[in-house]
Amino acid sequence: MAAKELPAWNELPAGAIIIEPGNSAERYTGDWRVFRPVIDQDKCIRCLLCWVYCPDSVFEIVDEPYVSSKGRKYKFTLKIDYYHCKGCGICVEECPVDAIDFVEEVK
Amino acid sequence: MAVTIQRAKVEWKRLPLSSNYAVAYAVKDLDVDVIAAYPITPQTTVVEKISEFIANGELNAEMIHVESEHSALSATIAASAAGARAFTATASQGLELMHEILHIASGLRLPVVMSVATRALSAPISIWNDYSDLMNTRDTSWITIIASTAQEVYDSVVQAFRIAEDPEVMLPVIVAYDGYIMSHTYEPVLVPENNEPILKYAPKNYNRIKLDPERPVTMGTLASPEWYYEFKYQQVAAMEKALEKAREADKVFAEYFGRGYGLVEEYMTSDADIILVAYGGLFGTIKEAIDMMRQNGVKVGGLRIRLWRPFPAEDVKNALKNAKLVVVIDKAISYGARIAGPVALEVMSAFYHDADKPSILSIIAGIGQRRITEETIKEIVDYSRKLLERGRIPNESLYWGVRGVRYE
Repeated sequence: MAAKELPAWNELPAGAIIIEPGNSAERYTGDWRVFRPVIDQDKCIRCLLCWVYCPDSVFEIVDEPYVSSKGRKYKFTLKIDYYHCKGCGICVEECPVDAIDFVEEVK
Repeated sequence: MAVTIQRAKVEWKRLPLSSNYAVAYAVKDLDVDVIAAYPITPQTTVVEKISEFIANGELNAEMIHVESEHSALSATIAASAAGARAFTATASQGLELMHEILHIASGLRLPVVMSVATRALSAPISIWNDYSDLMNTRDTSWITIIASTAQEVYDSVVQAFRIAEDPEVMLPVIVAYDGYIMSHTYEPVLVPENNEPILKYAPKNYNRIKLDPERPVTMGTLASPEWYYEFKYQQVAAMEKALEKAREADKVFAEYFGRGYGLVEEYMTSDADIILVAYGGLFGTIKEAIDMMRQNGVKVGGLRIRLWRPFPAEDVKNALKNAKLVVVIDKAISYGARIAGPVALEVMSAFYHDADKPSILSIIAGIGQRRITEETIKEIVDYSRKLLERGRIPNESLYWGVRGVRYE
């Protein structure tokens, strides 16, 4: 991520108080990742175990129908929010059909 | 900001109070909302008296009984975070147990006020006075006032809440005084018949950011390396501001109530060759000793450090700059330092960059309440004059009055 201009000491609320609630979504935790989970949409059976197990709730259920190479029809697609995914690999471990690859991040 | 306040019409009553009771009366008159404390010698009677006020219905406040000082300050912080005017009191081991929470109070910028009846630290156990406990709080970002009379203790607690809750300061304040020597001796103290003028002088600041379900905020956040430093610098800036605000608070107090102390107290300094620097109740003894020595024509004066943090370096320098020798008497030891007196170090660093400065001698005395009388002060001054004549001031602290250590 490119270096952003962060606020000066006198532009911040005193005592590191967060005045606007619910802003942890703004925290960029994606750069903690060493390995990146990548979903193989063709192998994926939409069981949603990854969605259940993910500690950071990065799995998004997107309204995009999908037809697999074997002709199986799905009403939705799964996508990963890489801004927040820390690369813990729990989804990779839990996926019953090995549909999630774990790829090393290369700069 | 110029503040013009006319002399308040206050009806004072004169009561015999220990410094501990003077604190309790100030807490009552300031209408403090929440008090959390744990008893420790010699602070206990502060909170006993406050409990009495609450039980009598003289003070409408919540007294939280806790199981340790760590919890006492934590509960005080929580009350302050919720917007209450909050107070605690401790000493010695209790203050040490609070230590990590001291940094949290100042880091969260909560205007907590605490009184400390200073006492020596274990081991070996000593329930008697010195300032080892207080000096360990030096770097915690608490504003610190050291009072020298019970009246000043009362007045300083009142000033403390005004300074702490100032929107431009928002830092916690310690009001310290000698354990036993002051905490348990009685002096006449003027307290007001009703507390209206006190609250007018130190109004409650309820408009600050607080924990409020209607307007939620997060306190006690985590700051990663790219954020933390800025918040610490905010505290540096707030301390700078506090120096100005403490000066103003005392000036307005003097105008309003007719009693003022300054950030330092000078005694016969203008023509003095030797000036003794001290803090707390010891200064009373020093003034007596100065009177006695002046009768014999010794040109000696005294300077009391009243505001310890932020350190009023310019006031100190102005008072001391014409002296030949400054003798700083510390009642605490920074072990392993050549200059082991915390205040002596501060006075020296204030002068460091000046070409023209007085010689400064650091003396350690009164450790574990080893007695310091007027005679002791005279001996210290006699020895200091001898050093001046020899023209060699030792660049290390002298440990006055230890058996087996003699300075020739």
